[in-house]
Amino acid sequence: MNLNSVLWQMVQIVLALATAPLITGYVRLVKARLNGRRGASVLQPYRDLYRLTQKEAVVAHSASWIFRAAPYVVFASAWLAACLIPTFTTNIFLAPAADLIALVALLAVGRFWLALAGMDVGTAFGGIGASREMLIASLAEPAMLMVTFSLSLVSGTTQPAEIVAFVLGGNVGIEVSIGLAMAAMVMVAIAENGRIPIDNPSTHLELTMVHEAMVLEYSGRHLAMIEAAAMVKLTLYMALVACLFAPWGMAQPGAGPVGVAVGMASFMLKLFVLATGLGLFETAIAKMRVFRYADFLGGALLLGLLATIFLYVSEAV
Amino acid sequence: MLIAVALLALPLLSLFAIVAGRKDWAHSAVYAGAFLASVALISAGLEHLGGHLGAPTLELPFGLPWLKAHFRVDNLSALFLLIVNVPAAAASAFAIGYSQHLAERRRVTPFYPLFLFGMNAVLVADDAFMFLVAWEFMSLASWLMVLADHRRDENRKAAMVYLTMAVFGTFCLLPCFGLMAGHEGDYTFASMRLHSLGPLASSLVVLLALLGAGSKAGLVPLHAWLPLAHPAAPSHVSALMSGVMTKVALYGLIRILFDLHGQVGWQWGAAMMVVGGISAVMGVLYAVMQDDLKTLLAYSTVENVGIVVIGLGLAIAFKDDGEKNLAALALVAGLYHAVNHAVIKSLLFLGAGSVITATGHRSLGALGGLLKRMPWTGAAFLMGAAAISALPPLNGFVSEWLVLQALFKGPAVPHWAMKFGVPVVGALLALAAALAATCFVRAYGVAFLGRPRSEQAAEAGEVTFGMRWSLAIMAALCVVLGAIPVTVTDALSAVVQPLIGTHFAVSSDLGWPFLSPVSNTRGSYSGTVLVMIGLTLFGIAIALVHRIGNTKIRAADAWDCGTPDDNPATQYTGQSFAQPLRRSLGATVFRARETVMMPQPFDEQPARHQVSMIDPIWTGLYVRLARLVDAVAERVNRLQYLTVRRYLLMMFCTLVFLLLVVAVRQQQ
Repeated sequence: MNLNSVLWQMVQIVLALATAPLITGYVRLVKARLNGRRGASVLQPYRDLYRLTQKEAVVAHSASWIFRAAPYVVFASAWLAACLIPTFTTNIFLAPAADLIALVALLAVGRFWLALAGMDVGTAFGGIGASREMLIASLAEPAMLMVTFSLSLVSGTTQPAEIVAFVLGGNVGIEVSIGLAMAAMVMVAIAENGRIPIDNPSTHLELTMVHEAMVLEYSGRHLAMIEAAAMVKLTLYMALVACLFAPWGMAQPGAGPVGVAVGMASFMLKLFVLATGLGLFETAIAKMRVFRYADFLGGALLLGLLATIFLYVSEAV
Repeated sequence: MLIAVALLALPLLSLFAIVAGRKDWAHSAVYAGAFLASVALISAGLEHLGGHLGAPTLELPFGLPWLKAHFRVDNLSALFLLIVNVPAAAASAFAIGYSQHLAERRRVTPFYPLFLFGMNAVLVADDAFMFLVAWEFMSLASWLMVLADHRRDENRKAAMVYLTMAVFGTFCLLPCFGLMAGHEGDYTFASMRLHSLGPLASSLVVLLALLGAGSKAGLVPLHAWLPLAHPAAPSHVSALMSGVMTKVALYGLIRILFDLHGQVGWQWGAAMMVVGGISAVMGVLYAVMQDDLKTLLAYSTVENVGIVVIGLGLAIAFKDDGEKNLAALALVAGLYHAVNHAVIKSLLFLGAGSVITATGHRSLGALGGLLKRMPWTGAAFLMGAAAISALPPLNGFVSEWLVLQALFKGPAVPHWAMKFGVPVVGALLALAAALAATCFVRAYGVAFLGRPRSEQAAEAGEVTFGMRWSLAIMAALCVVLGAIPVTVTDALSAVVQPLIGTHFAVSSDLGWPFLSPVSNTRGSYSGTVLVMIGLTLFGIAIALVHRIGNTKIRAADAWDCGTPDDNPATQYTGQSFAQPLRRSLGATVFRARETVMMPQPFDEQPARHQVSMIDPIWTGLYVRLARLVDAVAERVNRLQYLTVRRYLLMMFCTLVFLLLVVAVRQQQ
């Protein structure tokens, strides 16, 4: 444990929280512009969160303590997960505490609580959201683990920081299986964040909604926590894609302040490229029927599986 | 010594229960006695695992005339003594209160100590004869308790299927031990270890062990009895059958494959991984469709046994290939999961027992909102549900993490079947883990959250003090086993060492809280650190929001998009929660069909929504097999109506045949 790693960890803990609403605001702005609207300022999500914290929270009579605890658990688990992924430097204190498998499981903690909270009040909407969220997760999570599997076969590790070191060490060329794994990873990220074509983050009161249905009973500061968690999660997945498949520019242990500054700049650049891409993609595509999710995510799972199998094929050829 | 005393005490308790069964206090006394015996066995197991006692043996002059009874306690036995007796202690303590409500308790209490005796005796047996006798004690005692509530048709069916499968299992284990004993017929385990097997006998032993112990453990497709029999027994017995008896079966498997047999080929390991993967996915798919809380838990046992068997198969493949470190990792992963599942599943079954005591219902459709009325049971069950869904930082996650880490190293075995098979097994395992979370969100959300769906659920009250505490202790164990993974793997390392031939080394300069099984850079996990940082962030989040924000809370009616309905039937049910999965996966696996009958306008018939599902294994395998047996029996039946002349002719032919066999063998 060195002092630098603790310092950069602190920076990342704050950074994960501070940039998340900005990225969400930026994606919304991109989509608004592409729709021909002016759109709100990129700072709007910060204002929204503040406004929500100022309102009183309404809790249904039928709710138990799970309903009140869940927003904080969901938020803390997303925040913790965001702290574990190398963003601008791999030299972070918490890197050895969790590998990719643990990261997937940590995100599952948040989902578990959110789904329970959805069912807690005992309304049809909460149940519908929870049921669909768990359907998506039961297919997206294995796909993500298969991505982890193929990356661990290539690089010999499941630790994100070590994967970055491996890729930056120039040990890996262009491989079909990495491309397949990346495709699977992006599909998982879209599904897990409830973006189009799986779920539409800007709808309310539609029978096809997933996330919004689950959190329908929330208000005030509880809703603020859940919204913030969703924003952190979106940024986290972008950081994960950037970290695993485009780690260039990231500072390694032993890099000086310049290296870290380059890492920070390249991380921000990657985030904005990915956010623009997300906005473009969401504008270009239509939402899917609920019972087609299995096809979409089953595709992601198979891509992940193919990614591992292609490794042997290319090895044998 | 302590073990012997505790073991002898159990049958005496059983006798006492028969004699004094009419008295209320006698039942409590028997369970209290069973609790003490379990505690004694726990302390013996801990002492053995912690110290360097070696493997003390004991010979007693009873049993078959030419064979004394042999007993031996090595590290593997000691570990399983803990796996058996920790849940057994909790179940006994739970039963002190729980058995007061049981109508059929006089048909349960006498057999309960015998059941414990059988399971413990299997673990310390050191010859095949004692092993099988104890194994049968375990089967028959639990069979009698499955039949306790014999007035219900489904329980009688369950008991019938269970008895058939138990007989089948023993029928496979008998020749398995016979083959290992060899021509000399020395049935002690010590001589079996020295005996080396030919290639054909070797394969047969593995196959028979898998069939015999696998049917007891509930591997697909031999699992059919398990979801029938486990829920039929009273809940404290279900907890032990599901959490513990399946582990005793796995003990048998490990004892034979890793200790007595020694060198099992990697092909068998690969086959076990496939069977384990299929068991895991099928088990949880069945579980997620169930409406009965206890049946759901029983199917989830099939899933978890599958995960353990994946670990065992992987260990065999690595061991055969000479990758001893990885073999140790895989076996530790499997054993860790066995420990965890024993704790979690007994917790969940005891929780289900509390629910039944409080409401009288097992069906999810009649429960709901229990967390508010039963805060202790609700919190403990939540802990179990989270642990079995493999959520960090609880214990279920650590063992699944280890299994995955071992699995990701599977392609190190240089066979193409392994290289291509391991990713598929990995996908199955990942799918099973994710579906388990769905299954338990559904079970917990429907039973404990929302609004009550029946009067009994609305008026439920918390269970008695003793029952609450046994739940709380098991829930605490889930946390402890997850928070100190390195301590647990160190203990398991001592168990694995004699079986694999090498220690499981946590190669790490990261320090105690970090579990990094293969190497520092391979992948590491630290539940302890995650919990500490997670709790800090959790605290920061709460403090921050309460500092800058509004801290008021207003209690109001549910909003439900402006259309709230007081009728609890408007909530999502277990059936509706499972619908998306039923349509996407169930349609192919279970041929699930939904029919909606909507009456025409002005027609006063109720609308109906019907779901039909076909169990592919039951109809495809068991029903056909039963028909085949019937047909053969019909043919054989004719033998009972022959003339004396024909009977004599048959006896003569048999005699000639046997003499020929003897003659041929003597020629060789």
